[in-house]
Amino acid sequence: MPLCLRICGVATREEFAPRRRARAENGGREPRTVTPCGTVPRHGRCGRAGEVAEVAVRVLIGTRKGAFIATSDDTRRSWSVTGPLFAGWEVYHVQASPVDPDRLYAAPSRGWFGQTIQRSDDGGRSWQLVGNDFRYDGEIGDHFWYDGTLRPWHFTRVWHLAPSPVDANTVYAGTEDAALFVSSDGGQTWPELTGLRCHDTAPNWAPGAGGLCLHTILFDPRDATRMHVAISAAGVLRSDDAGLTWRTANRGLRSDFLPQPEADVGHCVHKIARHPARPDVLFMQKHWDVMRSDDGGDSWYEISGDLPSDFGFPIAVHPHDPDTVYVVPITSDTEHFPPEGRLRIYRSRTGGRYWEPLSKGLPQEHCYVNVLRDAFATDELEPCGLYVGTTGGQIYASADEGATWTTIGRDLPAVLSVEVQTLR
Amino acid sequence: MTEATVRVVLPTALRDLIRSSGAADPGADVSVTVAGPATWGRVLAALETRYPMLRGTLRDQATGARRPLIRFFACGTDVSHTDADQPLPDPVQLGREPLLIVTAVAGG
Repeated sequence: MPLCLRICGVATREEFAPRRRARAENGGREPRTVTPCGTVPRHGRCGRAGEVAEVAVRVLIGTRKGAFIATSDDTRRSWSVTGPLFAGWEVYHVQASPVDPDRLYAAPSRGWFGQTIQRSDDGGRSWQLVGNDFRYDGEIGDHFWYDGTLRPWHFTRVWHLAPSPVDANTVYAGTEDAALFVSSDGGQTWPELTGLRCHDTAPNWAPGAGGLCLHTILFDPRDATRMHVAISAAGVLRSDDAGLTWRTANRGLRSDFLPQPEADVGHCVHKIARHPARPDVLFMQKHWDVMRSDDGGDSWYEISGDLPSDFGFPIAVHPHDPDTVYVVPITSDTEHFPPEGRLRIYRSRTGGRYWEPLSKGLPQEHCYVNVLRDAFATDELEPCGLYVGTTGGQIYASADEGATWTTIGRDLPAVLSVEVQTLR
Repeated sequence: MTEATVRVVLPTALRDLIRSSGAADPGADVSVTVAGPATWGRVLAALETRYPMLRGTLRDQATGARRPLIRFFACGTDVSHTDADQPLPDPVQLGREPLLIVTAVAGG
């Protein structure tokens, strides 16, 4: 039976915990909710009579030891968390189709057994294994290894899944070693889009500390055949023909660890994000530096401004305001934890340069967790919600654009990714 | 030997993967019949035919190479580094001893 967690962080293996026990587990206080959560609610009503709630938000959480799904109504005050799904497997990413909210894809992998891909057609209540044959097509080239020697491309895992914005059966997968695969049959087969890995610059790509990974896939909302990908450590590449051909998009980036700091490739881009209403504006959290492009990635300029540190991993854009951007600064490349041990999300309402800390409800002492690049997501409700997963297994949520935060999960495995579906 | 029925002991995680995929629990060991003489290459091919969800979990789907953290033991001997077409020991060929598929120990 799946583990059930409540917002108070108490776990129970009973689908319908008696209220007395729930009260005891909540420090004698009445629990904020008693929601049956042995299964994942679809959008619609869930819970017991008198305590029903319309599921408005579904949070998809990938962790080092399985996946979890959290649901709430549009108040986002109480949460039901189900899981672990794929217990024991590292789930780098779980993502939903924008076309069909019941269609989910997950990428569990394990060092011993390699990659699997799971698909759900009912919003995460049941899953089926689909194809896992990620085979580099054609000539296998070499890329730089950490020590400067050349190594042949080798598939390790899927880092990122990007379901098509126009077809529920089409989904892209970004992998380590960096390559782009696409399935047009709901995940059964995964031919490679070789134009990326065979790009002229690919022999000069090199792994970041996490591996040579393709971790971001962004579609242009005006035309799904136009996309950007980000690779650590290569940088950003863009395609205008559904991934057949690519060009680099790194002008303006500077990485002092490179022999040529402004080289065309080799930059450790950690994440890029865009707002659908202004698709030519891109925001980037780089290894160091927070950057912005106003021309679809053709050129970049720095917007780190008054951040306490411009090192970090995720970056997210407010769903309703293209000038509002969020980052999670960490101390440095060698100290992957918040400055002063205080977890603060930083928000800019000016498209960068000027940032304000958001900390109410977040740990403000002895906090030495990190937020990984795919572990920050937003919902589309009004006001918008923010969701952050940490390497310490916490899921923090804000229902007021970051002004205040609550804890959805406190003791999960290290969180690798957080995605959000807004179902209403 | 025209055919051999080999008993295979799978790692628990792969038994779970089979069960979670909707197939019946394969039990403590799985018997597969292969054209003799049985080799670990043929045994894995038979396993993958019966349980397609195991494809890619034990060996690379493109090259057939054993995954690095998977080992094969037969009659107390590590046969992981033998050729995939090398016959397994007679007690395994005859079904008296199982072929153990073992994962590297994780700890720390």
